[in-house]
Amino acid sequence: MTTVDRTMPEPVVAPSSAQQEPFLVVEDLTVQFPTHDGLVQAVTDLSYAVELGETLGIVGESGSGKSVSSMAVLGLHDAKRSRLEGSIRVAGQEIIGASKSTLRRLRGNDVAMIFQDPLTALHPFFTVGNQIVEAYRLHNQVSKKAAWNRAIEMLDLVGIPEPQRRVNDYLHQFSGGMRQRAMIAMALVNNPKLLIADEPTTALDVTVQAQILDLVQTMQKEFGSAVIIITHDLGVIAELADDVLVMYAGRAVEHGPTKEVLTHPEMPYTWGLLGSVADVVSDTSKPLIPIPGTPPSLLNPPSGCPFHPRCTYQDHVEGSRCVSELPLLRPGPRGESHLKRCHIKDPETLYQEELKEEIMG
Amino acid sequence: MSEHVQTSNGHTPLLEVTDLVKHFPVKSTGVVRRTIGQVQALDGVSFTLEKGQALGLVGESGCGKTTTGRVITRLYDPTSGSMKFEGTEIGQLSGRQMMPYRREIQLIFQDPYSSLNPRHTVGKIVGTPLEVHNIVPKKQMIPKVQELLEVVGLNPEHYNRYPSEFSGGQRQRIGIARALALRPKLIVADEPVSALDVSIQAQVINLLQDLQREFGIAFLFIAHDLAIVRHFCPEVAVMYLGKIVEIGSRDQIYNTPHHPYTQALLSASPDVKQAAIGGRRERIRLEGDVPSPINPPSGCRFRTRCWKAQDVCAEKEPPLYEVGGRNVACHFAEPLQVVQVPVVSEGATAVSPT
Ligand SMILES: Nc1ncnc2c1ncn2[C@@H]1O[C@H](COP(=O)(O)OP(=O)(O)O)[C@@H](O)[C@H]1O
Ligand SMILES: Nc1ncnc2c1ncn2[C@@H]1O[C@H](COP(=O)(O)OP(=O)(O)O)[C@@H](O)[C@H]1O
Ligand code: SF4
Ligand SMILES: [Mg+2]
Ligand SMILES: [Mg+2]
Repeated sequence: MTTVDRTMPEPVVAPSSAQQEPFLVVEDLTVQFPTHDGLVQAVTDLSYAVELGETLGIVGESGSGKSVSSMAVLGLHDAKRSRLEGSIRVAGQEIIGASKSTLRRLRGNDVAMIFQDPLTALHPFFTVGNQIVEAYRLHNQVSKKAAWNRAIEMLDLVGIPEPQRRVNDYLHQFSGGMRQRAMIAMALVNNPKLLIADEPTTALDVTVQAQILDLVQTMQKEFGSAVIIITHDLGVIAELADDVLVMYAGRAVEHGPTKEVLTHPEMPYTWGLLGSVADVVSDTSKPLIPIPGTPPSLLNPPSGCPFHPRCTYQDHVEGSRCVSELPLLRPGPRGESHLKRCHIKDPETLYQEELKEEIMG
Repeated sequence: MSEHVQTSNGHTPLLEVTDLVKHFPVKSTGVVRRTIGQVQALDGVSFTLEKGQALGLVGESGCGKTTTGRVITRLYDPTSGSMKFEGTEIGQLSGRQMMPYRREIQLIFQDPYSSLNPRHTVGKIVGTPLEVHNIVPKKQMIPKVQELLEVVGLNPEHYNRYPSEFSGGQRQRIGIARALALRPKLIVADEPVSALDVSIQAQVINLLQDLQREFGIAFLFIAHDLAIVRHFCPEVAVMYLGKIVEIGSRDQIYNTPHHPYTQALLSASPDVKQAAIGGRRERIRLEGDVPSPINPPSGCRFRTRCWKAQDVCAEKEPPLYEVGGRNVACHFAEPLQVVQVPVVSEGATAVSPT
């Protein structure tokens, strides 16, 4: 675990409790959207924490609540259209119910987000430099000249060639990889202590993805920030994340150190993800092992274990508990730091003895 | 240049593509739209595909994969070069002459959302090719469509539903049923699972493999995902800026890649299982972006990003040399030597063997 670096400037709001707990704490977060079809239960009872200097990877299928939960951390949900419960604390500051001005101070300063689509963050009608300058001056009282120098410095830092010239470009004059870099430059201009990257490389080619992921890692080392990386790609998680949180149907279903979870997975959905992905090492004569069916509707989530309609391991659980009883997110046989949501008694033995070879090929 | 094509032994491959070129004109803006350049989307591509086999095309966006698929299905006319289907040159056939071959060569698209007409029922979507080609009498249309839906794992009772009533994976199955309707000998699958979640990808890949075995269909399988291509295709071609830079067997390409671009591509792809067993390759980082296909670099098109480039690379275009069993277009083709790789990060793999 990393400790809080005392040499860093104090967060905007820092109550005394900030020293005891991790930089970001999410506790029993529930996010629901009332719609004309009914209540969308997008995120339910989600808890996690991220320390400064650490990377948490959040993985799960589309619609599993990854973006909705992260947007809640930035206070981006419209209170009129959503219901939020639980607690989100950034450096001890409660986010849920916080005033608009508190949130504005936090966003882009202590906390920044990068997205799959740079157009979410950068406007096509203003020059890239203009927008970075704006973001910087919003939180720092500096001259225009100083802010432009800062923008050029940031573009240089993220690897944009000829930053003095490109700072005057518009987004459409940048290639896909350069747009992503420009967005990262803007997100990092105020040295945020928490960076949330929501599928930052999904639309990019692998060689560019590798450049961007390297950049995020370098920045993190330099600034000692906490990073959340959201992806559907377990490979990205394996390379980048200290901890991994697997989400299914709006809930955490497995959570622990990445190496531990990937080598000793304890939850059938995680087994399913690992069995579904093709890879560049295993025996190609063996078929992939898909998860049957499709993810459930969050308007009407399944009873019991949310994964039960697709789970092929229910015969390892006595009776029909999978259908009737929600498994709690609890430590399995391998210790306190590895949590899983499943009724199976001894998933470790089952995985290592019967499944590992088939799944990891 | 086309060492890869072997017809001298009297045997006719299902598809034989030689020096295929496709250029798109670039027009000036203004009242008189003059042609001011050419996008060299495909520039001399050659390969062969045997009956029932699968050839994978990999490479980053813009390298010409989709164009290859669209020229082969004759959605685009080739600029030059030859395409022989069972020995017949089909590159220059007129619409009518092409008709029988359209039956034999079908296309599956990437986007299961936009490739199906939202106003047509599944029955109409899957049945239309049968009708156009007069395959089954009207009375037998519904049973035939239902049979096809069943083959691809959809509920045959759902033939009256619209695409919007299906999930992404199910829509891709509808596209597959439509492609299967005419019992083609060749399916060009252009990123058939890229838009789907991994658990659904595996369902669709398994379905395609079952169909390939059952009906002996050959696949030109296009994807940017190296792992999926390795899983599906015993033979793989790697493309860069409109050219094939390396083509060979799955093991040749993935275990001992010889082209620097193939090596870089492989080392940049995060791979969970490789990471989980601790066998991560050294990471090579390419600088910059792919150059414009309107004005590609002289000589070897990869040279502007290649750490091995010498003067000869700018002067002379490397042909496909046979090295180590595969064909590779590089003046300095050889297996990866870790010592010469310049940009190696420390392999930040979070996972090591246990
Ligand atoms: N503003 C909204 N109103 C109603 N439902 C929403 C809204 N935003 C997201 N959802 C729903 O919440 C669920 C979780 O979405 P999301 O967090 O975006 O998934 P992910 O990022 O994991 O793909 C989905 O079912 C989605 O349709
Ligand atoms: N209809 C078209 N008109 C002009 N340029 C095109 C057309 N289709 C593709 N291109 C260009 O040809 C090149 C190859 O594109 P494409 O075959 O779609 O690549 P890939 O499928 O590998 O991503 C790209 O530079 C692309 O912009
Ligand atoms: S609780 Fe039951 S249904 Fe859920 S994952 Fe475990 S075995 Fe499967
Ligand atoms: Mg999302
Ligand atoms: Mg394409």
